[in-house]
Amino acid sequence: MFDKNEVARERGVAELKAPGAVSKTLNAAWVRPVLFLLFIVVAWDLTIRLFRIPPYQIPAPGDVLVVLWTDWPELLRQAWPTTYATICGFLLSAVFGIPVAMLIAGSKTVESYIYPLLVFSQSVPKIAIAPLFVVWFGFGIIPKVISAFLLGFFPVVVSAVQGFKSVDPDMVDLARAMQGSRFKVFCAVNLPHAMPAIFSGLKVSVTLAVVGAVVGEFVGSNSGIGYVLQRSIGTFDLPTMFAALVILALLGVVLFWIVDRIERFVIPWHVSQRDDFLFAA
Amino acid sequence: MSAATNPTGPNPSVAHLRVVSDRAAGAPGITLAGVSKTYRSRDGDVPSLRPLDFHIHAGEFFVVVGPSGCGKSTLLKMISGLLSPSTGEIFVEGEAVTKPHGNVGIVFQNSLLLPWRNILANVMLPIDMKGLPREKYLPRAKDLLKLVGLEGFEKKLPWQLSGGMQQRASICRALVHDPKIMLMDEPFGALDAMTRERMNVELMRIQRETGKTVLLITHSIPEAVFLADRVLVMTERPGSIAAIYDVPLPRPRSLDAMADPVFTELVQRIRKHFFTQSTLD
Repeated sequence: MFDKNEVARERGVAELKAPGAVSKTLNAAWVRPVLFLLFIVVAWDLTIRLFRIPPYQIPAPGDVLVVLWTDWPELLRQAWPTTYATICGFLLSAVFGIPVAMLIAGSKTVESYIYPLLVFSQSVPKIAIAPLFVVWFGFGIIPKVISAFLLGFFPVVVSAVQGFKSVDPDMVDLARAMQGSRFKVFCAVNLPHAMPAIFSGLKVSVTLAVVGAVVGEFVGSNSGIGYVLQRSIGTFDLPTMFAALVILALLGVVLFWIVDRIERFVIPWHVSQRDDFLFAA
Repeated sequence: MSAATNPTGPNPSVAHLRVVSDRAAGAPGITLAGVSKTYRSRDGDVPSLRPLDFHIHAGEFFVVVGPSGCGKSTLLKMISGLLSPSTGEIFVEGEAVTKPHGNVGIVFQNSLLLPWRNILANVMLPIDMKGLPREKYLPRAKDLLKLVGLEGFEKKLPWQLSGGMQQRASICRALVHDPKIMLMDEPFGALDAMTRERMNVELMRIQRETGKTVLLITHSIPEAVFLADRVLVMTERPGSIAAIYDVPLPRPRSLDAMADPVFTELVQRIRKHFFTQSTLD
């Protein structure tokens, strides 16, 4: 789908002017952010040289690259527990968040009991209560998963509630008038209608779950990228710390991309996907 | 033109502009006996409909015209079984209505097609809701799409169709499970004036070919007179019957019928109801 889209866009360009090899590469979707990233890295390097910033404050990009290159196997090994905790926490927030949103959207009573408390619980800083999970569950994977879950849960609920509530009541009436059972009407009308909102919640949630997992690793863990971060700050090993940040960012981007792909697959009909859909159809 | 579609009988010359009140309970068609609706709200009871008594014959094209907020949509929901009346009883095809009975097809002002289903799947929605065999009704759905001139659009998604075409599809959806009655709530209110006139002619053709009983709600007096066998004029909230008029124009009608003196006289007559009461908004 993606490639077809690119081709079609190229055709549009071709009608205006002859497609040079340069403009062709420039139009590939991934090139622009990479170019911008290169620009930032160069600006970073220049700033350090220009203002003579000492390496114990900000490391040079070259040093970070060297660490990434030499410590790659170790970093990858540490990235695995973080990824695992993130994915578990994210899946939990989806598995619990969507049904909770269904209950809140479906019943005024449930909403009046749960929703205010949910908002209230969100104001509690997770990092403050994360040590509790270590006390309760030890230094294993569980505190990280819980911490990732707690950060990822709320955006899923808020978006899904909004999605479930925004369904046209006339549409539900129409399906009910055709003698559809509550369950049938829900599956045919409410759930598909809420899908775009649910996915926008899931996308926010997956990036927050990464943060949650790292918070879990900060407070009590002897593995994971969060642990690497903590240790490298302790020893003023800034290149390693920045390398760990790069790994975290990559992790977030990859997980986001995966959710985005799933979204395209699940709701090809939605306005946001129509460009692709036209060419795929 | 069958006798059932024209209650004024074969002699339209004597029957023009006469107020009719008839009660024929138990017969096929729709019968309302003392039906009223009062909504309960925090500020007390809000009467929406005063007790109504009338009968719609089988195969009749019955149009309700009235100011906004006179309880027309409430009436429609009660006949389809989505709302229960505060007093009185409704009979559809001789059966008392207590819950959604599925013997109606509904068309709203918005086509309310599900954006994730293609046109054919949208038309098949009542079949899915009622749990009827798909393969048995699929040919019927295709025939209906042919009847409204949507052949070849079965696989298109709703947004790829114009407003008028979407509304045609929603008429097919209302007819696919072969209900005796079609309820239409300002079905063409969202269309431009020219499309609207064309759809009115088309609707009359569809009603003639399918022989359905149609209850249509509209704001437009000319539209009401053009379409109807009988026009029910409602008063402002709480709604009650101001008058019921026979429309003695012969069928089939073309748009030329709007130039008929009988037509213009009846439109004038009905319009007076609203100018003596207050304004029609």
